[in-house]
Amino acid sequence: MMYHAKARFSSTTGLEDIYIGQSHVEWKGEKLTEDAFSWQSPVVGTVYGTLLNFQEQVDALKEDFHKAPYNKPPERPVLYIKPRNTINAHLKEVAIPKEAEMVEVNGTLGVVIGKTATHVKEEDALDYVEGYTIVNDVSIPHRSFYRPAIKQKARDGFCPIGPWIVLKENVPDPDNIMIWTFKNDELIQVNSTKDLVRSIPRLIQDISEYMTLAKGDLLLVGIPHDPPTAKAGDTIRIEIDHIGSLENRFVYENVRVAGGEKV
Amino acid sequence: MKHARVACFGAIHEATLADGKLKLSDGRLVDEKEVTWLPPVEPGTIFALGLNYADHASEISFKAPEEPLVFLKGPNTLVGHDGETRRPRDVEMMHYECELAVVIGKKARNVRREDAYDYVSGYTVANDYAIRNYLENYYRPNLAVKNRDTLTPIGPWFVDKDDISDPMNLKLYTYVNGELKQEGCTKDMVFDIPFLIEYLSSFMTLNENDIILTGTPKGTVNVVEGDEVVVEIEGIGALKNTIVGDEVFVR
Repeated sequence: MMYHAKARFSSTTGLEDIYIGQSHVEWKGEKLTEDAFSWQSPVVGTVYGTLLNFQEQVDALKEDFHKAPYNKPPERPVLYIKPRNTINAHLKEVAIPKEAEMVEVNGTLGVVIGKTATHVKEEDALDYVEGYTIVNDVSIPHRSFYRPAIKQKARDGFCPIGPWIVLKENVPDPDNIMIWTFKNDELIQVNSTKDLVRSIPRLIQDISEYMTLAKGDLLLVGIPHDPPTAKAGDTIRIEIDHIGSLENRFVYENVRVAGGEKV
Repeated sequence: MKHARVACFGAIHEATLADGKLKLSDGRLVDEKEVTWLPPVEPGTIFALGLNYADHASEISFKAPEEPLVFLKGPNTLVGHDGETRRPRDVEMMHYECELAVVIGKKARNVRREDAYDYVSGYTVANDYAIRNYLENYYRPNLAVKNRDTLTPIGPWFVDKDDISDPMNLKLYTYVNGELKQEGCTKDMVFDIPFLIEYLSSFMTLNENDIILTGTPKGTVNVVEGDEVVVEIEGIGALKNTIVGDEVFVR
């Protein structure tokens, strides 16, 4: 069984039509293995992440919600932005900053917006979705969610996305699919989107009420409670039912020279 | 030189200020009142600073932070000069914030503060409105307060870096319906421009057309539907905006 997806490669400009098989990817009539491609993020819009949208993460913080500095539970989706310097791709390396021993790997489902979504109702929300992809929202571990976690979440390369966008027709029930995280081929975490506090349509409704999601933007549905960690030398693979698997190796940050381009 | 991006004659144009008129890149001269002003820069990552003037921090009952309080914005929130900003009808406190916006000119990583201005291309003015009723204590200031559609007017002009001899000594003013309500000076920033560029580039790469909104001084007061708000920075420009209500959006 082959399924239709869209991908972006180093050698191309726009999104390319590809067909995913069991052990190969078909592009322009040619059957190739995944490592024959130089994958780029299939998404180039703004990436919005959602915190506290897996029930287990909410349950774990329930008592803290009523203490300082939070004082009360959140009412709206708690959002953050993964800026453009963080965007990374399938089979590319992720650099662990010198000052961090390890990083969190937050495997999650990315919802790709297909057309301008402003003030969209829950029942119409999936009309605004183009498809789905896999995201590893990498983060330096942090316990407090009081202030925006820019220093923890906005590092270069901290947002691998891909390998491709599977069109929504091929994902029959996005609110009931499994997310599997493997470290060096060992299964270390399992999550299901059926445990989302806000379903995907509900999230799109509650966000687009005040914030337009543009074609090509990406919405991450939530990050898991107690995410696994990775150190230099580890390979993390995130698999999502109906979509595929996103794999990245973690390495030590290269020495950079003051003033700009990596040498 | 002062640069703008405007829509007129059925297209989007780059323009410069020439003898009080806008000179389009194709040579046509047009009156400032006859164009639609767009954000002067097509933004990359948009950074904003909270509590970056000690007097504003104390005004809203905060100590100035020991490390910059940085948050990010999406492109959805920007509107150009002479635009409209929505004030939802259920809110009690929506205030403007006059801010110097610094535009990054080239890729910057691990920049030292003494070199920081080499990575700046120029400046513009932003009004970083906040709707305080929507504050929640998770990743605060949260996106519902700061990243709503239309909530961040920016412009009118992008001013070349070389035209501003000392960006750390510019007067800021906000007028509501013609009356002066906020007044400050960029010299009172807690973390100055070179510090912010050194800080951000110490852990992430800044790229061309990333924008840093550097925070606001004290004097932020509530504004309501119908108010005309002008934020102005000496030597850079005066950015006008009108507050409109939900009925404009058929809500």
